[in-house]
Amino acid sequence: MNQWLNQHIQPAKMVLGRMRQNFLGTVLMCCVMGVTLSLPAILFTIIDNLGHVAGSVESKPQLSLFLKLDASSKAKANIAEQLKKHPDIAKYEFVSKESAWEQLQQNADTADISASLSKNPLPDAYFVTPKDIKPESVQRLQQEMQQWSGVELAQVDANWIKRLDTLLKLGKKAIFVLVVLLGFALVAIIGNTIRLQIMTQLEEIEVSKLIGATNQFIRRPFLYAGTLYGLGGGLAAWFIVLAVVELFNTSVTEIADLYASQFRITMPNATITLVMLLSAIGLGWLGSFVAVNRSLAKIEKL
Amino acid sequence: MIKFDRVSKRYPGSFDAIKNITFEINQGDLVFVTGASGAGKSTLLKLIAGLERPTSGTVLINNQNVSQLKAAAIPYLRRNFGLIFQDHKLLYNRNCFENVALPLHINGILGEEAAKRIRAALDKVGLLSKEKSMPITLSGGEQQRLAIARAVVSRPAILIADEPTGNLDENYATDILGFLYAFQQVGVTVIIACHELPQNIPENMQNAMKVLHLQHGELSA
Repeated sequence: MNQWLNQHIQPAKMVLGRMRQNFLGTVLMCCVMGVTLSLPAILFTIIDNLGHVAGSVESKPQLSLFLKLDASSKAKANIAEQLKKHPDIAKYEFVSKESAWEQLQQNADTADISASLSKNPLPDAYFVTPKDIKPESVQRLQQEMQQWSGVELAQVDANWIKRLDTLLKLGKKAIFVLVVLLGFALVAIIGNTIRLQIMTQLEEIEVSKLIGATNQFIRRPFLYAGTLYGLGGGLAAWFIVLAVVELFNTSVTEIADLYASQFRITMPNATITLVMLLSAIGLGWLGSFVAVNRSLAKIEKL
Repeated sequence: MIKFDRVSKRYPGSFDAIKNITFEINQGDLVFVTGASGAGKSTLLKLIAGLERPTSGTVLINNQNVSQLKAAAIPYLRRNFGLIFQDHKLLYNRNCFENVALPLHINGILGEEAAKRIRAALDKVGLLSKEKSMPITLSGGEQQRLAIARAVVSRPAILIADEPTGNLDENYATDILGFLYAFQQVGVTVIIACHELPQNIPENMQNAMKVLHLQHGELSA
């Protein structure tokens, strides 16, 4: 156990010592990684916050439940009971045909139309806000409500939801593509840095192998270096996102105040932050693993 | 301890560096492998140390067949040996203490125990006062003594020296051989490759030593 621990402590100390010796280079490397990682992170933050904006400004999508003109009071009461008990409904509002007719008559744009009508053609209606705004969930709810007794038409503003959903999906796809491309770039950057470090320590590696060092022993310090670069890059990315959010918020606050809104851009939550850090560490480790394995294979061929 | 049975080694696209060699080395032996340049001395040492695998025949080290060992097991085999090279193979960006520490670090030995063993090894070769010096500041003889300290610090059962006195003047060469003889006296198997048998081998050693003379890759009487 002690020996195993020593075999990890020694390379970790060595790598930290080398990083301290080459402090500026290490900081620059972490900055390069940080800037690269911050691009998808900033994009994600924007998309995530756009989702919140859409949710708060446009309000959640509604289902309009128009009742049959001859719907009985019992049928109306049944529908109200079903809406009350339904687990997928956040809230609902009843608008009677009389109330709707009154609104129609008061509306200047539709006053002419209402004046030409001899009687109220409008039905009673319920306006339902679903809990889950995913298009498929809303669609399912609409289909279910259409079957209810007394309901003439269950209508949903599907275009609006689909548009928003498509835009968010597009944004997420863009993030995914960016993450994959920049991930490759980071693996290449770290791999190249580690390869250069291996070249400067080639003699040491060869001697170590001659006197009984295993490949794990040779790999270990480089893997630690890659992991630490990844961690440093991940932290740098987080600080860059924080700086960008703070910078944007100075302008966003002014605009939001004009609309009497409390909206502010928020940082990614703890889970996303953790995923970002772990991804950075993983990419650092992967870059160094690839580089050191390629170099070991070359050394063994010599 | 070390057994060669009809061992040959052919490098790709080359001639047979070693041809059909059979011999045995026991624990505590002092063995000189002699021969002219290109006779196969270095190849023989590499085969013993597991740095090369034979093309045919069997190499047994402590009853382990080197040819059948998996690649991952070779580093552990090499830890049985202390290797000393003609060109020292020291790390010139590390001081004497750190150079000697390398085999111990490979074995996972650190801290006080490592420091104690490193200083004992440096003391043995007369370099304790230079533990913080960089190898480049040492003379050729001192560098070779440092290489010996590195080879013995992990207390190997077998010490292999490939032309350890090749680049040294006579005084330094005598010094180095003296150190190697001293290790043989405490039970370490010492194998030394050189062009010809060194002069002034102490009398008590002459009875214990073996000579493997190579000529064009073959053992000669």
